[in-house]
Amino acid sequence: MKRPGSGIAARKAVRLLKWARRGSQVFFFALFLFFLVQTGFRGSFAASSDAPVRLAWPVEAFLLADPFVSSITMLSTRTVYRGLLWSVGLIAITLLFGRVFCGWICPFGALHHFFGWILPSRRGRGAARVYANKTRTWQRAKYYILGFSLLAAVAGSAIGGLFDPICIAVRSIGLGVLPGMQYITHRALGAVENVPARTMQSAADHTQDALAQAVWGSHQFYFHQVWLIVFLLVAVVFANRYIPRFWCRVLCPLGALLGVFSRFSLFGMEKNHAKCTDCNLCLSHCQGADSPQGGVKWRQDECHMCLNCENACPEDVIKFRFLPNRKSTITKPDLQRRTLLATTAAGAAFVPAARIADSLDVNYHSRAIRPPGAVDERAFLERCIRCAECMKVCPNNALHPAMFESGIEGLWTPILIPRIGYCEHSCVLCGQVCPTGAIAKITEKEKLGQGAAPVKIGTAFYDHGRCLPWAMQTPCIVCEEFCPTSPKAIWVEEVEAPVREKVPGPNGEQPAMKTVKLQRPHVDPSLCIGCGACEKVCPVQDQPAVYVTSVGESRSKSNVILLENTNYNEKG
Amino acid sequence: MRDAPRNGAPMSDETTTAARDARTGMFEKPSRRDMIKRIGQAAGVLAGTAVLGRLVWDRGSVGATAAAAKPQVRDFRVAGDADKASQDLAELAIARAKAGEHEPFAASLVRRAVDAVGGMKRFVSRGDIVVIKPNIGWDRLPIHAANTNPDVVGAIIQLAFDAGAKKVVVADGSCNDPHRCYQRSGIWRKAYDLGAEVVLPADHHFRTTRIRGEVLNEWPIFTTLLDAHKVINVPVAKHHNLAKYTGGMKNWYGILGGRRNRLHQNIDVSIADLATFMRPTLVVVDAIRVLMRNGPQGGNIDDTKVMNTIVATTDQVAADAFGATLIGQHRDNLPYLKIGHERGLGTMLWESLRVREV
Repeated sequence: MKRPGSGIAARKAVRLLKWARRGSQVFFFALFLFFLVQTGFRGSFAASSDAPVRLAWPVEAFLLADPFVSSITMLSTRTVYRGLLWSVGLIAITLLFGRVFCGWICPFGALHHFFGWILPSRRGRGAARVYANKTRTWQRAKYYILGFSLLAAVAGSAIGGLFDPICIAVRSIGLGVLPGMQYITHRALGAVENVPARTMQSAADHTQDALAQAVWGSHQFYFHQVWLIVFLLVAVVFANRYIPRFWCRVLCPLGALLGVFSRFSLFGMEKNHAKCTDCNLCLSHCQGADSPQGGVKWRQDECHMCLNCENACPEDVIKFRFLPNRKSTITKPDLQRRTLLATTAAGAAFVPAARIADSLDVNYHSRAIRPPGAVDERAFLERCIRCAECMKVCPNNALHPAMFESGIEGLWTPILIPRIGYCEHSCVLCGQVCPTGAIAKITEKEKLGQGAAPVKIGTAFYDHGRCLPWAMQTPCIVCEEFCPTSPKAIWVEEVEAPVREKVPGPNGEQPAMKTVKLQRPHVDPSLCIGCGACEKVCPVQDQPAVYVTSVGESRSKSNVILLENTNYNEKG
Repeated sequence: MRDAPRNGAPMSDETTTAARDARTGMFEKPSRRDMIKRIGQAAGVLAGTAVLGRLVWDRGSVGATAAAAKPQVRDFRVAGDADKASQDLAELAIARAKAGEHEPFAASLVRRAVDAVGGMKRFVSRGDIVVIKPNIGWDRLPIHAANTNPDVVGAIIQLAFDAGAKKVVVADGSCNDPHRCYQRSGIWRKAYDLGAEVVLPADHHFRTTRIRGEVLNEWPIFTTLLDAHKVINVPVAKHHNLAKYTGGMKNWYGILGGRRNRLHQNIDVSIADLATFMRPTLVVVDAIRVLMRNGPQGGNIDDTKVMNTIVATTDQVAADAFGATLIGQHRDNLPYLKIGHERGLGTMLWESLRVREV
């Protein structure tokens, strides 16, 4: 194809780099999806029975390399937790090459790149595309979100994780998109299995086997109120129809943080304005809306380093190189000081505003049951970035994104909903994948309490008005059967109870009474660990007769029942 | 603005048409062809709607077609067992480790017990697909004796292959996370090493099936366990807090999906219904290590007792009636045995069978 204008081809290195960038985006997106589907225990025929159950891959790697995550948790806890030190590597890359993470690595960015290419209508091409790709003042918004998140972290809340692109990708794809695809596939292939043709049935069955093994596991997972998470994903993806990479340009606080660092970047762009013919080809291919065209200054902090502009330029105006002259470059973010101060202050103010609501210090929600190994609630809120890794990895679908159970500040933090799934007794995978230490990396021994007290996440209670042996003189005790502790926290009392016969007497008298032998269950609160197995298996379907609340959780010094566990000398 | 003249043109056109109509005093009629086409379209859509509506019309009547109330049976027993010349074969074989016999016991005990009831060749023919149903219900280690001992499962897989089985499938519907149960019971690894196929209870393997029992009517069934020529039930003998003792008959809980927690309200009839539905080729009871208390899940090694015993029989009621004695229970305390006995599924008077200790 003949290039327009003078038709000078881009440098070969740049043409190759553009393809390298595309390859890198595909690779990292695939890696992200691979890690996401590996975030779950599938078991192994090769493992011996007493081998500890661990994941084979560092599935939380993208989060560990995320400097926004490490920044907010560093500000809230004054420490950098374990693997989060990897994020220094990403800052190093940014100091060398600018925001290459956004253009080359970020899986969420790659998703928006793809949809920014595929979604726009006729009106998103040509002149309209050029117009859509001009630098806008509202691209500042991401810096304000960054400021809000950082100051909220200083004030003690890692709520900024709500806006982190990797957290959003894990949360929305892991909890929404994948289970949704599983749901549709299961029904579609289930319908095929009803077709009276043996080959089709077997093909459908094998497909289901392969998908269960490779992608989503053997059971359908459901997530509490996940519709909102999916809706927001659809909304930001749809925004690409009008503003390509709307998320990356306007909202992404990780992009903003890298933008702050990219002002020091050694690699950058030089422009020869004299040669520019205003053809705007650079602009129509621009990803970051960073003013690559001649006549204006390049916005280094907005650039994703995709190299599309130099590749498109037919006039030799644009050159990327190390240590470029900065005559036509603006390195610093273009911010309004008052807005920045206001939004940052809002971040600091948000935390006390959220906490004078009655969800933390007083009136803690009884159903805000945290995963095993979760640190005390205040420390938890300092660390939890709502990345949903724990919810994805939980083998029993027990962990769910909270809506408002732990207040507005606890939005999408993990809570255990035992009615959907219980905490598997010997499982410590949620702590293994937690990138920030909100859930500590406990071992099986620590969790089960071999040689020490076990980790308790709550306590079970009976509703005698609904329990079959208590209220209906009917044998049951499935709860006792499933109680995993040894000795069992649920014990049964053998009783003989009167029960009315079903049929009335001969002359319409009251039905006769008889006596039945029953086992009535009780909870020993000193043994109960709150795993919720009893609540999960209770046959009283809609509202179980045994249920777990957060009281007695070993991470809290105040949310206790028993006298011996009370310690008012410790804060919390 | 560029569009303005184009928009203007049809307007002026309409004006002239209207003016002409006003002059002639009537509107222009559509052509006959056009009228027929439009009426035809409307009629076609109406007909389509009516036909579709009629086809899927729900008249609100009660589904009066009562399906067969007869209990359903999946019979995997070897035909013509009784009249065989094998009158000297044991009907209930009990293999116990002998003094001075060294570990591993499992393989030799299983072989002795199965040989005493006729050998695996009596039950498995060349080319058979054999399903082995152990208990893989709990996330417990073999030493907790809550699941079937992996060595026992392995020994039966080996015998089945030796007898000429084309394929051996091992599967169970676990209570805890199945991946964890399969791995930590040691059965997955054992079965895989011996070349058996291990099938996890994934959602798509379950299909709603009629059982037509007394309390179990329709339930989702783990189809993998039924798609076979032969089914060998390999329970572990253990205490059960509600049913008191469980072995072979209760092991069929593992074929059920859905919310099987309701079965406990009438656990004895549920067990009998399942045993009526499933008639295995052979029952091999694992009593190598027996959970004496805190069943069915256990978790404490102190609750277990080493017995080094394997029972083989084709009579699942007798298997459980004998098994109960291992933990000091008696058949009279186990109503599901009585129900099974009365339904003719087997005999709970296990002493009346040809019992042989080997």
